[in-house]
Amino acid sequence: MLVVLRRIARHRSGLAGGGLVLVFVAVGLLAPWLAPHDPLRGDLSRTREDPSAEHWLGTDELGRDVLSRIIWGARLTLRVGLIAVAIGLLVGVPLGLVSGYVGGAFDLLAQRLVDVLLAFPGVLLAIMIVAIMGTGLENVMIAVGVVSIPTYTRLVRGQVLAMKPLPFLEAARALGQGQLFILLFHVLPNTLSPIIVQSTLQFATSILWAAGLSFLGLGAQAPAPEWGALVATGKTYLRSAPHLVIFPGIVISLTVMALSLFGDALRDALDPREQLP
Amino acid sequence: MIRYLGRRALVTLPTLWLVTVVVFSMVRLLPGDPAETIAGLHATQDAVAGLRQELGLDRPLLVQYGQFLRGLVRFDLGRSTMSRAPVLDELLPRLPVSLTLAIASMLVAIVVGVLLGVAAALRRRTWVDYVAMSVSVAGLSTPTFVLGLLLILVLSVQWRLLPATGATSGWHYVLPSLTLGLPAAAVVARMARSSLLEVLKQDFVRTAWAKGLSGRVVVSRHALKNALIPVITISGLQFGQLMGGAVVVESVFGLPGLGKLLVDRVLGRDYPVIQGVVLIAACGFVVTNLIVDVVYSLADPRIRHG
Repeated sequence: MLVVLRRIARHRSGLAGGGLVLVFVAVGLLAPWLAPHDPLRGDLSRTREDPSAEHWLGTDELGRDVLSRIIWGARLTLRVGLIAVAIGLLVGVPLGLVSGYVGGAFDLLAQRLVDVLLAFPGVLLAIMIVAIMGTGLENVMIAVGVVSIPTYTRLVRGQVLAMKPLPFLEAARALGQGQLFILLFHVLPNTLSPIIVQSTLQFATSILWAAGLSFLGLGAQAPAPEWGALVATGKTYLRSAPHLVIFPGIVISLTVMALSLFGDALRDALDPREQLP
Repeated sequence: MIRYLGRRALVTLPTLWLVTVVVFSMVRLLPGDPAETIAGLHATQDAVAGLRQELGLDRPLLVQYGQFLRGLVRFDLGRSTMSRAPVLDELLPRLPVSLTLAIASMLVAIVVGVLLGVAAALRRRTWVDYVAMSVSVAGLSTPTFVLGLLLILVLSVQWRLLPATGATSGWHYVLPSLTLGLPAAAVVARMARSSLLEVLKQDFVRTAWAKGLSGRVVVSRHALKNALIPVITISGLQFGQLMGGAVVVESVFGLPGLGKLLVDRVLGRDYPVIQGVVLIAACGFVVTNLIVDVVYSLADPRIRHG
């Protein structure tokens, strides 16, 4: 653990990414205390104003404070990422573990299921799921989560298959330990590093996709200050008030970039083949 | 080669079959009574019953699937519940728009990506490398809709160089193709860079240098040819991403393609058209993967003989 932290600390871009991720999480958690104004109530006499001392990032088409909306949006975005990743993890990892360890008919069936999900381009599959379940941010989270299942399953299954012939598992079996015990306490811990790395990168992808679907009107509905939805309304005023697109756009990019840089750094830090410092 | 091709094509058949099952199941998976859901809140009992019969929802599931397949073979995908027109008539005029966009952005992705990646690899650890890789990270993190709107803001609102929306001339495709192609170019660039750096370290490249060949010949004739093999794979994988991105980009630029149609019809709950678009896209995806495999095996003989 300490080694990993020390390695990330030496990774310049990873450190910057990790710092930004911390800021993002803090802003999401502390939104009610950080936001200077009400994100939903606006002053109709002061619409689409440029940034000023009172409204640092200006006001939107209903006179609402853009900064406050972005801050509350961080909370929504944090939730989207967490839930989408949780769905992928909770379904994909057990499926991959059992599929790789048990093999046989179960493996065959599970892999066909994965094939079905992989037969469609990801975003399209997500849109299909939203078309079935109905629009809304909750359903978008579920859709994005479901689309990530095959990635986790393939990843974990590959790890398990590579681990299966190793002596430490044979030793565990020789000690008479139960299959479930072996799976949970020997196999799973050894697949954790790639799962953690994948989850960080998946978090970034989930945010990107959920914002895209909300931008299309399939996700968060007005007046929710979801970042993609903010850009969608800003689009109407692109000529007269470009800050309504630029600020939320920059925030989405920065968050996604921070998560990917941090994920890349984690990958390097967790790789046992890398030289120890 | 022919045998490899045949084997590879056969493997796609089960996938295509799975695609038809999923697309068929879509309407049947709708919550509650699908006919009522599609007809909407204010539909009369008669309208719902009519729709149920039209969609065949009152017959056994297997019979329904059989009819669905029979329709597919005759390119009959039913009628749109919004416009009442046959689904095929809705899809066909929009297909060229989406194809043009896909091909143009793929070109952007490959040309820009390879140039950027090769430049970064040849000028490793100089400002060229750092700028190229920073641009690449930024390109990967910027959502397509934000990139598209920023391009509109600069190139069409400020500088008035290019049209922002519509699809009446070739110029209308420039901004959408850049928007869709540049993030993919970022991925291609990273792959091209690391792959070329890897190849440049190998013995046969050192031999080429030792023979006294010029730098240009070593890079373009010897190194690049081998370095581009993984670039082909990643470009193929990007195509799937690109199809998803096209949905967003068409909406940003008001291009009347399949992606825009899909979003409009999801909002309007027009399931026959949604099924049609998904079917075309999934088939396109499967076929592209096949083409990538074939190109890959042409570029790297080790695969078809392995």
